[in-house]
Amino acid sequence: MKRHLVLRVIAKLLIPPILLFALYVQFHGDFGPGGGFQAGVIFGAGFILYALIYGVENAQRVAPPDLVRVLVSLGVLIFAGVGVWDLVLGGNYLDYNVMAEDPVTGQHIGIILVELGVGITVAAVMMTIFFAFAGRER
Amino acid sequence: MISAHLPALQVVVPLIAAPLCVILRRGTWTWALALLVSWASLAISVVLLGQVLDDGPLSYAFGGWEPPWGIEYRVDVLNAYVLLIVSVVGAVVLPFARRSVLEEIPESQHSLFYASFLLCLTGLLGVTITGDAFNLFVFLEISSLSSYVLISLGRDRRALHAAFQYLILGTIGATFIVIGIGMLYMATGTLNMADLAARLPFVDESRTVLVSFAFITVGATLKLALFPLHFWLPNAYAYAPSAVTAFLAATATKVGVYILLRFFFTVYSFDFPLKAITLQGMLMPLSVIAVLVASTVAIFERNVKRMLAYSSVAQIGYMILGLSFMSVTGVTAGILHIFNHALMKGGMFLALGCIVLRLGSVELDQLRGVGRRMPLTMFAFVLGGFGLIGIPLTSGFVSKWYLILGAVEGDHWLIAVAMLFSSLLALIYVWRVVEVAYLQAPPEGAKAEEAPLSMLIPTWVLIGANVYFGIETSLSVGVAQTAAELLLDVGLGTSP
Repeated sequence: MKRHLVLRVIAKLLIPPILLFALYVQFHGDFGPGGGFQAGVIFGAGFILYALIYGVENAQRVAPPDLVRVLVSLGVLIFAGVGVWDLVLGGNYLDYNVMAEDPVTGQHIGIILVELGVGITVAAVMMTIFFAFAGRER
Repeated sequence: MISAHLPALQVVVPLIAAPLCVILRRGTWTWALALLVSWASLAISVVLLGQVLDDGPLSYAFGGWEPPWGIEYRVDVLNAYVLLIVSVVGAVVLPFARRSVLEEIPESQHSLFYASFLLCLTGLLGVTITGDAFNLFVFLEISSLSSYVLISLGRDRRALHAAFQYLILGTIGATFIVIGIGMLYMATGTLNMADLAARLPFVDESRTVLVSFAFITVGATLKLALFPLHFWLPNAYAYAPSAVTAFLAATATKVGVYILLRFFFTVYSFDFPLKAITLQGMLMPLSVIAVLVASTVAIFERNVKRMLAYSSVAQIGYMILGLSFMSVTGVTAGILHIFNHALMKGGMFLALGCIVLRLGSVELDQLRGVGRRMPLTMFAFVLGGFGLIGIPLTSGFVSKWYLILGAVEGDHWLIAVAMLFSSLLALIYVWRVVEVAYLQAPPEGAKAEEAPLSMLIPTWVLIGANVYFGIETSLSVGVAQTAAELLLDVGLGTSP
């Protein structure tokens, strides 16, 4: 891809907005369409675009496979951990009401944390799948 | 306080441990964590069964959303019994897995192996405990996807093909189930099983409900490998790592039978013509054919793991046959055989795992004289084989006894005769192994080396339980009977 100047420049222009849009979908998912899964896919797609244009090695310098592997698990742990935290606070599993004085605030905190977990895992899994296929011939 | 949350913890504890395994990375640590968690699951399921037997069904509302709006975990005698079976097998296979996995799977994949194992455990426990039809599908997918991974980790390259075959057929099965559940939702507007059971009788004339019944039946029978939908099973069991074969053979298809029981007798609790036709006109003949054909195929199989896999197809036939009688005795026999077969087949596959560790393969020709080289392992295998045949004082006899009782009660004399005949077939395929292992001389220069204790003890725990529950049946039969009565009381209403 060294010679495709247009692709390299456009990709460089596009990747920051893609990542930003992913974060918007992530955090606005509470109020509008979106949420962790969609955001994770978009975020992962940003990295995949980078890897397609600049090579898998460069992408893996930003997101080392070991780190991505931890992130895959971390997201699930955040999701499940929120549930355990609710148990500790005296509610049922994943009962966000107990996470704050006011149940409505509790629901907000709960859903944002859970969706964050979903987003992290989905983005990391997207990257893992891509790296696994892209790294095959080596 | 903690006891109120046990239904959630039953699933959540292994679910949290699985990603922790991936983060820990070191084989030994992940194994220790998995072992700890599987024992914790066992403890939880024992307490749950005790609670259910004492106080009746438990209900747990996830996220504080009351059923039928939220996801409900509902534990009654039937699923507490199945939870116990799954977690016992998990807790026994994991100590065994340490040595077996070191031998059969590359070091770098150990943490992923234990993570997948725990996810599979999570999925199977989740399918069993949930009271929500869609949640059941989600957990079914968790258990299936992780079991494809586990099977593909087998040493033999054919394991990949077997896993892929299972992936295709398993996905078709799961898709059928989710289509059926979707139609149920369309007809009733609810996904909670108890709520479905209450609403379905009022829409029973609807074609949507009948089609959903057909989809769920076919999907579940594919998952539990009823003849003729069993083609994925022999390869998957034969090429998977030894510990995985033992675990899946003793749990995955059993949970499939549970799904069928749950849908037939709890969700579609009312009587409608298609149900009787499906059970007595389709499942009954198919399960008799499964028993006879699969046992016959097992006789001609050269690989002992494949032989046991075909025997599993036959034994699944027994379970489905039991529930197709639609009587308390029949359903008791089916549920009882879930328990007994998990013990004996799990134990036998563990014994084969010991043999794989020492001999490297379980082709019949290579087992010559193994009875003298590994006496304890081989004796465990033979005792398990007695169970398959149904010799008195093994648990296999007890379940066959109830099955034949159920057949006679329903005036299915021919089936009772076929059951006796199938015991003869089982005798032949078990005898073939016994003959090679005991009556033929070991090859020149073969070392006599028994399997390590860490593998022998789990094998003997399951085989010992197989003998114990052949003699002391009050627990296994008692709980199965209570579960069957519960199912049919809700279900057929007027049944004896």
